[in-house]
Amino acid sequence: MTQAFRIENGGLINRDKKLSFKFNGKTYFGYEGDTLASALLANGVHLVGRSFKYHRPRGFFGAGVDEPYAVVQLYRNGETEPNIKATEQELFDGLEAKSVNCWPSVNFDIGAINNFLKIFLPAGFYYKTFMWPKSFWYRIYEPFIRKAAGLGVASTKHDKERYEHKYEYCDLLIAGSGPSGLAGAYAAAKNGAKVILAEDKPRFGGSLLTSDVNIGNQSGKDWAEGIIAELKTMPNVVVKNRSQIFGYYDHNMLVMSEKVSDHLPSTKKYHPNKRLWYIRAKEVLISSGSIERPIVFGNNDTPGVMLSSAAKEYLKVYGVLVGRKPLVFTNNDSGYETAIEFKKHGVDPVVLDSRKNPESEIIDEAKNLGINIKNSYVVVAAQGYKKVKSADIASISEDKKQLGKIENIQCDCICVSGFWTPTIHLASQSGNKTKFKEEIDAFVPGQSKQNEITLGAANGVFSLEETLKTSFTAGSELSKKITENDNKVAIPNVVEKKSSQHDKFWCVPLPKGKNYKRFLDFQNDVAVSDVEIALREGYRSIEHVKRYTTLGMATDQGKTSNLNGLQLVSEIENKVVPAVGHTTFRPPYTPVSIGAIVGREVGKHSKPTRKSPMHSWHEKNNAVFVDAGVWLRPRYYKRGNENLFEGSKREAKNVRTNVGVCDVTTLGKIDIKGPDAAELLNRVYTNAWLKLPVGKARYGVMLREDGIVMDDGTTTRISENHYHMTTTTAQAANVLSHLEYYLQLVWPELNVNVVSTTEQWAGAAIAGPKSRDLLQKLFPNSDVSNEGLPFMGYMEGDLFGVKARIFRISFSGELAYEVNVESDYGNFMWEKIMEIGEEFKIQPYGTEALSTLRIEMGHVAGSELDGRTIPFDNALEGLVSKKKDFIGKRSLQRSAFIAEDRQRIVGVVPLDKQTSIPEGSHLVKDDKAPLPNPKLGHISASCWSVEYDNPFSLAILKDGKNMIGQKLFAMSPLKNKVIPVEIVSSHYVDPKGERVRS
Amino acid sequence: MLYINCPHCGMRSQNEFSYGGDASVKRPELNKEVSDQEWDNFVYNRKSLRGKHLELWQHISGCRQWIKVERDTATHEIFRTFKADEEVA
Ligand SMILES: [Zn+2]
Repeated sequence: MTQAFRIENGGLINRDKKLSFKFNGKTYFGYEGDTLASALLANGVHLVGRSFKYHRPRGFFGAGVDEPYAVVQLYRNGETEPNIKATEQELFDGLEAKSVNCWPSVNFDIGAINNFLKIFLPAGFYYKTFMWPKSFWYRIYEPFIRKAAGLGVASTKHDKERYEHKYEYCDLLIAGSGPSGLAGAYAAAKNGAKVILAEDKPRFGGSLLTSDVNIGNQSGKDWAEGIIAELKTMPNVVVKNRSQIFGYYDHNMLVMSEKVSDHLPSTKKYHPNKRLWYIRAKEVLISSGSIERPIVFGNNDTPGVMLSSAAKEYLKVYGVLVGRKPLVFTNNDSGYETAIEFKKHGVDPVVLDSRKNPESEIIDEAKNLGINIKNSYVVVAAQGYKKVKSADIASISEDKKQLGKIENIQCDCICVSGFWTPTIHLASQSGNKTKFKEEIDAFVPGQSKQNEITLGAANGVFSLEETLKTSFTAGSELSKKITENDNKVAIPNVVEKKSSQHDKFWCVPLPKGKNYKRFLDFQNDVAVSDVEIALREGYRSIEHVKRYTTLGMATDQGKTSNLNGLQLVSEIENKVVPAVGHTTFRPPYTPVSIGAIVGREVGKHSKPTRKSPMHSWHEKNNAVFVDAGVWLRPRYYKRGNENLFEGSKREAKNVRTNVGVCDVTTLGKIDIKGPDAAELLNRVYTNAWLKLPVGKARYGVMLREDGIVMDDGTTTRISENHYHMTTTTAQAANVLSHLEYYLQLVWPELNVNVVSTTEQWAGAAIAGPKSRDLLQKLFPNSDVSNEGLPFMGYMEGDLFGVKARIFRISFSGELAYEVNVESDYGNFMWEKIMEIGEEFKIQPYGTEALSTLRIEMGHVAGSELDGRTIPFDNALEGLVSKKKDFIGKRSLQRSAFIAEDRQRIVGVVPLDKQTSIPEGSHLVKDDKAPLPNPKLGHISASCWSVEYDNPFSLAILKDGKNMIGQKLFAMSPLKNKVIPVEIVSSHYVDPKGERVRS
Repeated sequence: MLYINCPHCGMRSQNEFSYGGDASVKRPELNKEVSDQEWDNFVYNRKSLRGKHLELWQHISGCRQWIKVERDTATHEIFRTFKADEEVA
């Protein structure tokens, strides 16, 4: 294929490097420095997609971030990414892209039938057409909409690319590297300020790349290149291209997405695909420029109709002619600049100017070049289906209401300029209340809200001279405040052509008897008639009109459509535009890859992984791990072909008959020191703590102020003013914050310090009838007899030269101990226990066996202490002191908490002694009762009792105290199970607790 | 993301802190007879002010101190910050 629309010379592309790419399966060539859009246009390809609603043919409308149509599915290095703007995607060798929104193909599209059915798809069609009958929604409407109306297709594969996050601080952050951004950056950099200059395009310079101006006796483009080159050498300056600042958040935090690799065939080794920058800036200069506005006319969505500034950019930056018979339709002088560029490249444009008698230097230049100019003329409608073939044009009366005789002229593209809209998104996101500037028919930033200033075209200033002057000054002033340097920078001379006033004209009336679609929002297919319908149907607020018609709601967020939409509403409503107001600008300014937002926190990096010091031993011994919060804990140790059920049963049984060892390192541990430590515990726990002797442990329950159980655990008095508290694994962090809250804010008079020691200690629970025999061999010099170390006793011991803490506490309900050593000795301790325990038939046990043991003992854990239960519900009321006050005590008097039929923990056994009851099952009286079947309680935890060899569950049951012996049904609609059950005591094994004291 | 001046550590980003609610709430004294209304006001009833609000934050990934922050709930402007034991004038 030849690049038929590429001019011989010129442009900023690298003609020495030819690149091959595929679009919709066909191979084309472009050059390094092209975008996908410019390369397609160079090959004369204008049809790139279908519109969202009517599936009308769509081409290119812009040349950058504002592009509403040319959204493609991109294929790169075996991956695919949807909704990429062809105008932003840089060309690389081997690039592949496909159209979206067309089925089966861009040239023949079934959905285009919508175009002929458009009478049925007016504003609010989503709400109206597809509402009735209800049953049609799932079967017909929804699948239809999904097939016909989607944009691209997201990949379902794992994304191999890497995305990084970066946090940065600077004195001055500058959004946009046009004349304003360059001047501000240069002046501030010269004052020694730390500057970050961000440009979303690959090339720096903004409008200077395409405008015919002189700065300091060089072309604007050369001046920009010089400034950038100098900034790059300065150590206090970071300049970033391909970097879009898309969000302005609180306290001058801005977020920028840097495309590191999208312009390359594949990501370089050790490079991310994108980098997300969180930048906290002392000052922000918004120099984001402006976007050209369309003029609305009939069939203005036909491929070949595009912004005049885009046509100029394709020519000057990429050396591409968007047509050979261009028609320029303008209401201001910008259209002439495009026409002049065409003329300079040997193409004869026709200019239609809606103004009657405009005069300016630019117009004079166009006239001198012999360009055909028609004043008081407009395009009534574009003609041609897949590409502009001609235009219906007519003269227009001064009041812009009457069209003259319609003539048809041949053309192959229509370049439109309806004047300029400042890009105020970032300023608006910062909280700046924007104001309407009558002279330019657009909103500009008002009073600064945060430390931000908007200059240049983004502020509605279109004179280069004024932009440079204000921006150099602002750069100096802002940096002077911070660095206290005052290095003056000379403001260069500017040569630019003066332009004349634009015409406040934005929409061509329909000729009599014609019903052309005149589009406002090109991506969402919102036409003038849709907004008219919305207003006729009573929608008034611009926010409602937006949502009802979907105006400005597509991925381009109305960059080209917003103001014309407002103009229309204001005209129909007979209000001025500022009274209509505009919809809120919200981040992101442009779509941001989900991957970039997520960063590196994916897969195993989505949260930290905590491992105990014995982890590698568990791994070597076939542990099957389970997530316990961020911890990895052995669930069971697999032997041969055992499954979870068999393995955990074996382990639990061995604890009941011999001895087992369980890694309990994950328990939260808090060191508590100070003369008032006992007083703190006495206020935090529900039971009494003032008389706990040194060398003794006690079980305690702590409440929230609303009376709900927060956590439980044992606390041991190590010495006079020193306690060791344990918490559940899950609540460790919350309990520490809870204690700090009361110590720092509520009772600062208490002289106590708390600190987390979870990671300082490795813990092993040794449980079973033979645990004392084992312990004696581990600590031959300690008296660990029932008298020497009684139940809830504590002592320090010497584990073959390693200092150890020995607690006689039990979660399993068996005779049991917990041994703690400093973490670094954890593995040593564990191996000693296994080695010496061999003669007692020791086996390690995991969390599943641990659960089994505690459930059949009726010991509560997280599944009962679920943030909804009080001590009574867990049969813990015996631990609630009547004498002293404590956190949450007053709440326990609430009427629901003292109700006669208050819920309470019970045991549940299936009548057939065979069927395990799924956790979460509901307990009901009558399994045949009509829905909703009144729920009496729920199954909180289930196990296979190794003591009785049948299933056993715990439940929180209404009036549980009086339900023992009752027959109920456990229903699990999720598992489709109905199980007849009997309610028994929650203390299923050893109800008197003799074993732990033996 | 807010930028909070921890009185102990200096300016830090919001993601180092956790929110702790209205700082003007006073816990009733221990062992004191408290009416249902008083207790409910302490545990549950909050004003949800629009405007200047004195609130608690804990510098949880920093010095772990609870601090008081005077913030506008509508604009997020932070006026002053205080140590836990500092009197707010
Ligand atoms: Zn701090």
